[in-house]
Amino acid sequence: MGTHCEKCDEYYYPPRTICPNCRRNAKMEDHKFDGVGTVVTFTTIYNATDDFKRQTPYNLAIIELLEGPRLTGQVICSPEEIEIGMRVKPVFRILWKEGERGIIYYGTKFVPVEGWV
Amino acid sequence: MRSVSIIGAGCTKFGERWDDSLRDLVVETGIMALEDANVSGDEIDGLYVGNMSGGRFVEQEHIGALISDCAGLSRLNVPSTRVEAACASGGIALRQSVLAVASGYSDVVIAAGVEKMTDVTGGVAADALAAAADREWECFFGATFPALYAMIARLHMHRYGTTREELAEVAVKNHHNGSMNPISQYQMEITVDKVLRSPLVADPLRVLDCSPITDGAAAVVLAPTELAHKYSDAPINILAAAQASDTLALHDRRDITTLDATVSAARKAFGMARLEPEDIDIAEVHDAFTIGEIVAIEDLGFMEKGEGGRAAGEGITAIGGKIPINTSGGLKACGHPVGATGIKQAYEMVLQLRGEAGKRQVEGAEVGLAHNVGGCGGTALVHIMSR
Repeated sequence: MGTHCEKCDEYYYPPRTICPNCRRNAKMEDHKFDGVGTVVTFTTIYNATDDFKRQTPYNLAIIELLEGPRLTGQVICSPEEIEIGMRVKPVFRILWKEGERGIIYYGTKFVPVEGWV
Repeated sequence: MRSVSIIGAGCTKFGERWDDSLRDLVVETGIMALEDANVSGDEIDGLYVGNMSGGRFVEQEHIGALISDCAGLSRLNVPSTRVEAACASGGIALRQSVLAVASGYSDVVIAAGVEKMTDVTGGVAADALAAAADREWECFFGATFPALYAMIARLHMHRYGTTREELAEVAVKNHHNGSMNPISQYQMEITVDKVLRSPLVADPLRVLDCSPITDGAAAVVLAPTELAHKYSDAPINILAAAQASDTLALHDRRDITTLDATVSAARKAFGMARLEPEDIDIAEVHDAFTIGEIVAIEDLGFMEKGEGGRAAGEGITAIGGKIPINTSGGLKACGHPVGATGIKQAYEMVLQLRGEAGKRQVEGAEVGLAHNVGGCGGTALVHIMSR
């Protein structure tokens, strides 16, 4: 879920309370994104923080949603497969765990859209 | 507004200082700077210290009072303020000190920076540094600091044809410079081949593309230019102190291969100093990663956008080249104690502009620029100084 400014027609994800274009004159409404997007740039992480160590190597990308906003997320595919321009869609996954017995954090990762080329 | 000069400077040896605490580093650099400036404690009327994460690295906050205390200034009750902007904390401390002197509020002010990073494991350090990025919308999904710069590098290579070898050339040049700097963490030269064979951190960036974990501190002493000659035979004049911000998250930037905060701070700084990029003889730029130097020299106006990759390999940014960059060895080879880096850059400028930089001296350097970045461009500072 993100936001849309009715005044300037800009979409925001993550949701913003204040539109940077219109500031005080903004008229913000909630907007549910389709979630399909394109890989703008990416990396494959081999050396992660302790919370993500067990997932290495994993792909991380900046993804541009169809409506325009960009976000950062993991793309589940092999390091050889990911490329700039790849079409991806969101999936609900475990993101990381606080050790063996700690809190499990869920959220969005991305997978390639089949036959995206 | 008054003109401001640097009347003294000091910097510790950078590296893994196992035997020294944050306090030891501060005292060491403070003594060097004050002796260099020839000022006594009771003349000091302000102190700013850049420190990114004392809380995470040594479980100590309230660094302002701590360093005033360690410097023996507690009985004088000198106002001491800790400032934070991730890797730009030192740059901010310098600018705040300049503002304090320029405004007339203070006369002699110390701008310091310190970070003690090697008391924690690599994983804890990586997470503390990742706090410079957007914790909720980048790190939560697995972003690390090298990963963000790797994504800048990937797009720069894709869009402008910058090559993997060109990234390596930056590290090779900066290690060469660092090998001539006695305070540098790394004293050894490296080759392109060695960079390309070092382990991957975040593809395409490898270990030898990244600045290290470093302990260190630096300090400079400022005074109004009109009083500077009372203390120093060779004061360095600060012609501009500019700062700018941008979105915290990389994905929200107007252009992922440009640091708009750098562009904005540079524009303001050149305006204040009434200079152009061509007028700069020497610069220290924020090469936390090799791609950082390439993007910086473009955003500062030394190279056209997309052309930065060839600069190191062609010798444009070497000592003796058109615009020598990171003569200290940069963050890459000299080391990157995050809170101290912005002040160390000013320290290197002071040495170069005084002609005291030894084997790495740039002949005839008169105007220098220091460029310090917080995070991957959420904050940027540009200082211009001259002898």
